[in-house]
Amino acid sequence: MMLSSYAVAPTIILDLALMAILIIVAFSIVRMRSLFAIVMLQGVYSLVSAAWFVSLDAVDVAFTEAAVGAGVSTVLMLAAMLLANRKSDPVPISKQIAPLLVVIVAGLAMFYAIGDMPAFGDVNSPANTGVGMDYIERTTKEIHIPNVVTAVLASYRGYDTFGEAVVIFSAGLGVLLLLGLNGNAGRWTASPSGQHTYPPMAPSANSRLRSSRDNIKSVTSSAVKKTSVSTARKSKKKRFKDKGDN
Amino acid sequence: MHDPHVILKVISKFLVPFIALFAFYVQFHGDFGPGGGFQAGVILASAVILYALIFGLEAAKKAFPPSWVRIGMSSGVLLYGGTGVLTWILGGDFLSYGVLAHDPAHGQHYGIIAVELGVLCSVTTVMIAIFYAFGSRQPEVDEDNW
Repeated sequence: MMLSSYAVAPTIILDLALMAILIIVAFSIVRMRSLFAIVMLQGVYSLVSAAWFVSLDAVDVAFTEAAVGAGVSTVLMLAAMLLANRKSDPVPISKQIAPLLVVIVAGLAMFYAIGDMPAFGDVNSPANTGVGMDYIERTTKEIHIPNVVTAVLASYRGYDTFGEAVVIFSAGLGVLLLLGLNGNAGRWTASPSGQHTYPPMAPSANSRLRSSRDNIKSVTSSAVKKTSVSTARKSKKKRFKDKGDN
Repeated sequence: MHDPHVILKVISKFLVPFIALFAFYVQFHGDFGPGGGFQAGVILASAVILYALIFGLEAAKKAFPPSWVRIGMSSGVLLYGGTGVLTWILGGDFLSYGVLAHDPAHGQHYGIIAVELGVLCSVTTVMIAIFYAFGSRQPEVDEDNW
């Protein structure tokens, strides 16, 4: 009875359509070379999966996916992309065989595991028989708030959420230690064996930028010239040395 | 010279306060609907990031100074951990909010609100910190460079 009503539900058509869009977007991400388009398509992928989560009644997960996946991570990927080239180099076929094998094996393993998974909404699944039912019963008695997800997240699983907050804090701390808030880390210059080599290569986005960029270009080119001159000298010396030996 | 981005600027100036307001709705309505500190923090950060994308990083740093980032990051985690320590002092287990008020259910409410505020604080500032850190390292993009 339940099975038949599930089979005729129109949401399954919606689910299939969303999954199809996900597969198409994933393949186009793999095939594309323009990094800007790839970042945008990753945002589309996150948004479509958020829609799919809504159709599976997982609104909290969908909300997080839309905010984090489609919103912030797209912007962060864009910011990271601007530091790199706009297009990725094509990968030769010989280097694609090993990753393809890994993907095929992992995919086959997942398809093999599907048989052991409980059906969607199964009453006897571990999620619906274990501690989950306990949370749902006790939330109304002990915490008096309607949203069980918030009760589990902040109260029953408070330790885990504290761990997540600390993880986010340490991620931010790591970025700040490596890059600095104003991009100051980019102004730090390496001086191997006391020699001042290069001007800052990662300028901060300020008004003095254009002049500093021009400076970098001229200094870089002069540095390159210097090194080429010195290598020429060295080779000359070597030649003299060789002559002397002879 | 007229500004080529005038539509973007007008629309985003209109949108930014509503995005921030929606973030606070998500934060304080988390007990009743989907949402909570993590989502609200990301949405609040995206309001600042949108402002930075349209009006430039310097303007955004005036609106949300980088010094707030350091304070917010650590005070969020401290607020979360401090709630746990407070429950310790009041005689309960770590992060068992029942002891925060006479009625254990009210104590749970206070605890959840404090903890979610801590999460909001650190998530918002960490997201903005990462954006500032990456955004400060690159030149402004030229009009024809896209």
